[in-house]
Amino acid sequence: MSAHSPAETTPYYGLMAEFDSTQALLDAAHKVREAGYTRTDAYSPMPIHGVAEALGMKERKVAPIILMGGITGMIIGYGLQYWTTVVDFPMNIGGRPLHAWVSFIPPTFEVTILLSAFAAVFGMLILNGLPQPYHPVFNAKRFSLASKSSFFLAIESADPRFDAEKTKAFLESLNPREVVHVEH
Amino acid sequence: MDVTTNPTQDPLGAVPVINPGHSYKSLTDKLTGIVLTKNTPTAWFAFMGVGFMLVMGLMMALTYLLAKGIGIWGNNIPVGWAFDIINFVWWIGIGHAGTLISAILLLFKQDWRTSINRFAEAMTLFAVACAAIFPVFHTGRPWLAIYWLFPYPNVMGLWPNFKSPLIWDVFAVSTYATVSALFWYVGLIPDLATFRDTAEKPWLKRLYGVLAMGWRGSARHWYRYETAYLILAGLSTPLVLSVHTVVSFDFAVSVLPGWHATIFPPYFVAGAIYAGFAMVLTLAIPLRAIYGLHDFITMHHLENMAKVTLITGLIVVYGYGCELFFGWYSGSLYEREMLRLRVLDGFYPWAYPSLLLCNFLVPQLLWIKKFRRNLAVLFTVVMFVNVGMWLERFVIIVTSLSQDFIPSSWAMYYPTRWDFITLLGTIGLFITLMFLFVRVLPMISIFEMRTLLPEAHPKQKAIGAAEAAEEGRAH
Repeated sequence: MSAHSPAETTPYYGLMAEFDSTQALLDAAHKVREAGYTRTDAYSPMPIHGVAEALGMKERKVAPIILMGGITGMIIGYGLQYWTTVVDFPMNIGGRPLHAWVSFIPPTFEVTILLSAFAAVFGMLILNGLPQPYHPVFNAKRFSLASKSSFFLAIESADPRFDAEKTKAFLESLNPREVVHVEH
Repeated sequence: MDVTTNPTQDPLGAVPVINPGHSYKSLTDKLTGIVLTKNTPTAWFAFMGVGFMLVMGLMMALTYLLAKGIGIWGNNIPVGWAFDIINFVWWIGIGHAGTLISAILLLFKQDWRTSINRFAEAMTLFAVACAAIFPVFHTGRPWLAIYWLFPYPNVMGLWPNFKSPLIWDVFAVSTYATVSALFWYVGLIPDLATFRDTAEKPWLKRLYGVLAMGWRGSARHWYRYETAYLILAGLSTPLVLSVHTVVSFDFAVSVLPGWHATIFPPYFVAGAIYAGFAMVLTLAIPLRAIYGLHDFITMHHLENMAKVTLITGLIVVYGYGCELFFGWYSGSLYEREMLRLRVLDGFYPWAYPSLLLCNFLVPQLLWIKKFRRNLAVLFTVVMFVNVGMWLERFVIIVTSLSQDFIPSSWAMYYPTRWDFITLLGTIGLFITLMFLFVRVLPMISIFEMRTLLPEAHPKQKAIGAAEAAEEGRAH
């Protein structure tokens, strides 16, 4: 996760291998995980199913966060209407009951959706650590292709199993286009 | 895999959603090249010019409205709602196709949506912006509307009346605008990163870089991104259905003959999708020609949209039938009389036949494949639908209000020049925003287009080769 913390302790960010296809990236991700590396990440111009899992990602936080947002929205939406019309300023409108719960459903629904959507977007961005003005992977020369047409896999030098020589040799055994050093 | 085992699959079989011969690179280059270029097509200037002139008209009309009050419009008593609400409902309806394409078709795994969802979403945002102008300025003093419309704690201690559908409408439309904007922006982030990495000029790089928020395409980020995007689609689906339902409550909850009908919510939602798809086609056909997008927006896409237009149009016509039947079956003198006046010899005898011509007769051409695939015919048909859906709201609102219960209080409604200038002005605003959007942002979702290439789907390790090949075919 935190890309910044080991900046002082390691001489450089890590090693990055570039691949030509989604298949090569996915296979490499499996092998990296099998070799026991944990501080790794893959970069691709579009989502590729299975890569995050292959790298050992088990986090399932986005959906629960959205559910919490929705429940909060539901309580706020209904509570707002109840409090304003029943508690704060009760007003008899056409003889209808103050607590007209049927009428309260459409705004409650809308606020539920609104807060769920905020939770989805901001929850996703915060878990991803975005916005992030600087990240070492952008120092790799060809990394601008990660948003266009190429696929990358990085192993951080902060990884407990990282060894400058062995890790480089290991990455080269995965048939990458090239393996480069990434500065902090 | 055939239709019987997978009903979500296109029954026509393997029609490619991108013309063959594209790679990640060619696709990215083509779609970024539309924006990151010095060559702006001449047609762009023409559309912008027309749009901008109309926006100037809108500015003038709104300024004059604020100076003089809403008396400059043709609204009267009994026709207290007229162009302002017609245009509001018309624009909101147009917006619905964007969410339908981006959310509902995503959940149904309709791959062809990918070529059109981005600009349909933009269309939604701009249509909702145009729609919002009308009720806000209809209040006459929009700077006070904040406490009339929203539960804003004010010194008088007053709150809005939550038993009124008009307040439900405020919640529905503002939520819809916000969620659509979030959905649109989230979809844009990876493409903004592509722009950041492609742009040559430093200030452009910085601008797109700030907007991309440091997106680097990490597998873990994609994983959370896809979860969030899919759930957002799931949330947008009931939302979009709720918005036009609530808009229809503005009418259906009242007791006015011609408005007080239970068919309104489904019939309004179908009408919204109908109007929206017609507008997506109205935009897609010229944009495709101007920017040479024939490889991405193929005949197959246009034909699918034509089919959705035809089907939703038939649902709308079914709604018209229900309205007539319910009016007659109610046995109410007022309901029956209102229908007679609306259809036969009321104040506006031209309106109902024109509505049927535009929304019922002309779209029947789309049953014929040759016409669906003929751009001139298709464009003409959808222009009829655009007009027809506006007429539908005119018929519902003005004919019902102008002749209600007591003949002594009947009155004709005539729109003024300011009504027309404001309507044309919002059309101009829509055109202007749309063309600004296609000039500075990717109008087709680049990263989602990449996922449509067959090589984007690697064989998973866990499943056997045979199953993987089977899955490969399904994509």
